[in-house]
Amino acid sequence: MTTIDTTKPTPGAETPPVDNYLTHSSGIMSWLGTLDHKRIGVMYLVSILTAFFLGGMFAMLVRLELMFPGEQILSQDQYNMAFTLHGVIMVFLVIIPSVPASLGNFVLPIMLGAKDVAFPRLNLFSYYLWVTGAVLAVSTVFFGGVDTGWTLYVPYSTTGTEMNGILLLTFAVFVLGFSSIFTGINFIVTIHRLRPPGMTWFRMPLFLWAIYATGILQVMATPVIGITVALLAVERLFGIGIFDPALGGDPVLFQHFFWFYSHPAVYIMILPGMGIISELISVHSHKHIFGYKFIAFSSVAIAIFSFIVWGHHMFLSGQSPLMNVVFSAITFSVAIPSAVKVFNWLATLYKGSISFNTPMLYALSFLVLFTISGLTGLHLGTLATDIHLHDTYFVVAHFHYTMMGGALIAMIGGIHHWWPKITGRMYSEFLGRTACGLIFVGFNLTFFTQFMLGSKGMPRRYHDYDGPNWTPEATELFGTYHFWSSIGSFVMAAGFFLIAFYLLHSLFRGKKAPANPWGGRSLEWQCASPPPHDNFSEPPHVGDPYDFTVLEWDEQEQGYHWRHDLKHEPGEA
Amino acid sequence: MATESSQHEGHPEVGHVVPVRILLVTGMGLLALTLLTVWAASFDVGNLNIWIALGIAVVKGTLVVMFFMHLRYDRPFHGIVFVTSLAFVALFISFALTDTTEYAGNLDPGDAPKVVEKLNVLGE
Amino acid sequence: MTTTASTTHDHPDFLAHHWDTPKQQFEAGKLGMWLFLATEVLLFGGLFVGYAVWRGNHPELFKFGSQYLDTTMGAINTVVLILSSLTMAWAVTCAQRGNRKGLIIGLLLTLAGAGGFLGIKYVEYSHKFNEGWFPGAYFYDKPSDRSRTWDDNLPVPGAGQLVVPVPDTEARSIEELGLPADILVEISTVVPPGQGPSGLEELALTDTVHTDDHAEHEMHALQREDRPANAHMFFNIYFMMTGLHGLHVLGGVGVMIWLLIGAVKGRFNEKYFTPVDLGGLYWHIVDLIWIFLFPLFYLI
Repeated sequence: MTTIDTTKPTPGAETPPVDNYLTHSSGIMSWLGTLDHKRIGVMYLVSILTAFFLGGMFAMLVRLELMFPGEQILSQDQYNMAFTLHGVIMVFLVIIPSVPASLGNFVLPIMLGAKDVAFPRLNLFSYYLWVTGAVLAVSTVFFGGVDTGWTLYVPYSTTGTEMNGILLLTFAVFVLGFSSIFTGINFIVTIHRLRPPGMTWFRMPLFLWAIYATGILQVMATPVIGITVALLAVERLFGIGIFDPALGGDPVLFQHFFWFYSHPAVYIMILPGMGIISELISVHSHKHIFGYKFIAFSSVAIAIFSFIVWGHHMFLSGQSPLMNVVFSAITFSVAIPSAVKVFNWLATLYKGSISFNTPMLYALSFLVLFTISGLTGLHLGTLATDIHLHDTYFVVAHFHYTMMGGALIAMIGGIHHWWPKITGRMYSEFLGRTACGLIFVGFNLTFFTQFMLGSKGMPRRYHDYDGPNWTPEATELFGTYHFWSSIGSFVMAAGFFLIAFYLLHSLFRGKKAPANPWGGRSLEWQCASPPPHDNFSEPPHVGDPYDFTVLEWDEQEQGYHWRHDLKHEPGEA
Repeated sequence: MATESSQHEGHPEVGHVVPVRILLVTGMGLLALTLLTVWAASFDVGNLNIWIALGIAVVKGTLVVMFFMHLRYDRPFHGIVFVTSLAFVALFISFALTDTTEYAGNLDPGDAPKVVEKLNVLGE
Repeated sequence: MTTTASTTHDHPDFLAHHWDTPKQQFEAGKLGMWLFLATEVLLFGGLFVGYAVWRGNHPELFKFGSQYLDTTMGAINTVVLILSSLTMAWAVTCAQRGNRKGLIIGLLLTLAGAGGFLGIKYVEYSHKFNEGWFPGAYFYDKPSDRSRTWDDNLPVPGAGQLVVPVPDTEARSIEELGLPADILVEISTVVPPGQGPSGLEELALTDTVHTDDHAEHEMHALQREDRPANAHMFFNIYFMMTGLHGLHVLGGVGVMIWLLIGAVKGRFNEKYFTPVDLGGLYWHIVDLIWIFLFPLFYLI
């Protein structure tokens, strides 16, 4: 373990070690069997981005189908399968593991000043569980598919479907749940037990607080989805009837089970994103984060609140009026810690020296998109307006603003922020900013139109909006919105392909990255880019992670380094 | 991390050794409570039965957690983790039960459709 | 990298490279295990919610169903599990003191307890299956009458065969479902809500709740006049909860065998006994859950 030695003020930037985690050992087996958290993080990143591509393809199919009235490219069953798989892949394979498992795995131990996560073998095991779950989930296509939507609601999932992939999917979700649980356990233990001397709780970067709060959710909520899908599987295998109304079961109870996990899961998705944003905003405006403790504790508060609002998904599913009122009231209270974060980020930006680097552009996009998602969430949390908006495109737009505009935009921002650290290469800033612009415009075009669609009454999950059941006016109106929504999705796709292009290009042709290209103060910027196998060749300076006054720009190195006139860290004993 | 200072005399470097005597007493207590709960169940006191049985189970559970699982000598944080999980289960039960009890009156009484179907086939 | 820590402390074989001291590694393992136990509590928690919801809204199901459980068997199983927990705790103490012989004996006794528990459970389960008290709608198939519920072309289920519903109107081949060929497939349809024995209020609960009268036990649940509506629900929850618990006992047997091999090979000593300690914690939580399952099913 690294011990903090204050007599050596030079961070690892000056003499880059020859050996790094990428060159430490070679061969395919040195990757597949690795216990190094950095390599596992990279494997997660590659796998998750692959799944993201696949999920995105299903989304494009859905958007193409809906672009014009009438059946376009998918039959009704194929359409149901496409949106189900889009949801399953994006939720279970991409967004839930996205930030913690990939970036978190890579960055967390380094930020902490540790050599690895607490249980490296468990970490690798959890990656292979993810792979198993991913293969199972995607292979449902070959076993008849699944058409229930990612929520697997009973009785769709217990009766009357032509598609038999559900059993396989329940197994996949179970396995993926355990992958998530093990990641959560690993990170909580790492943060508790592997902080080196000097790294106190309040010297941890806010990203770690977010990961910690996420860990609590992963550990406390995920087992419930495990038992839910296990019961569903038994129901399908043996007709047990705990959820199936035809056998005396209670389908509303299924929704209680499902959302007891899946609402906290929303915060498993967004909290790490918020953690990334705290880093990006502070580092790229070169200003100390405003209200550190408020942001830190609001993460924990959100984690706890998220457990007592699940019923707001069930206002119109037969939940009792009493619980509707209770859940609606508690739902509004989640706005408080979320707004605490947003205001603190804004206050951090205020009078900061903002560099509009690509990661910062994503952070600013996040602020806009997440605010829209939060405010439209209030419409849905209000009982009366929810009756109108429930199961319309308004809901679809709302959660895409949260999941994609929030979690995924933050993740992409994080990838750009840590890309130099992970790969040791710089990408093209110009292309980076262009892609961010494309994604921001495309995203809003895609999903803001869906707010309109929803408030005009277009239901979600419909294959078509033409025919005898629709008035010509409705078909025309919805057609216009759907058309522009699809155009937006193409713009967004172009942005993602551009990102894929310049990031891959940077691997081969990119400039060598300095140890600290952005001027970050947390520990990962004190080791070389890419980091050595044991993370630090020199003991890092532990201190206030947002005190940027100790750094200065080095023109020759094109990066920041420790100020030469400082012998040691101001706050350090 | 300096840890040696926190150790008691005669204890190993890590963990806490629970003497066999305490384990035996705990075990005997658990067996006695098992007899007690079976005996208590032979009296029909209506709804109270379940609460008596659960109360005894809670005492037994506490014994297991405190002595067999060493929580009495362990870090308090492990206790917090465990109690938190119980609290979340309690939360889940109370919300789900409140809701289902609210709408239970609206459900169709009697056997479920598939059960009726079965019974009809059986000729009942 | 050479750190201050690894030069001042000795770095024994069992200590992974990223830890400073055995204490730190041990504490991390403990915390990890407690977090895992929390997930176990929540996994079972879901089933306890199911129990609470049905018991809260349909107490008659439980009054009725628990008469068919054998309290003596349940009590014996509780005693067996508590004793195995005791021997496990003793094994941990032995491991901490470096008493290898004691550790091996303790683990063997615990394994015997686990085996005994599963044996008794097997007897209980097979008794219920023989009586035709299956979970789900198969509860309503009397063993003698079962053939009447099936299409004449389908064989009558024999011992060891599973009955699988296909919730559809269209028959499909067994191969298509990916199930073993000896499984029977039932084609079921949903019928409109019908009239059965009424539920909560009109039911006269008998006072003979805790009788050990075996004559009554032998009478099939369906023939009882006080059978409440949806009586199979009790057996659903019973089989789910005890089944999941049984699987955990089975997992515990695996853990014990693994520990036993380690103990025989002499992997554990007073400095390194973390696996024994953590395995013990797992075994105790299995015991703990049974401590709650026993009164909830057998003593009502």
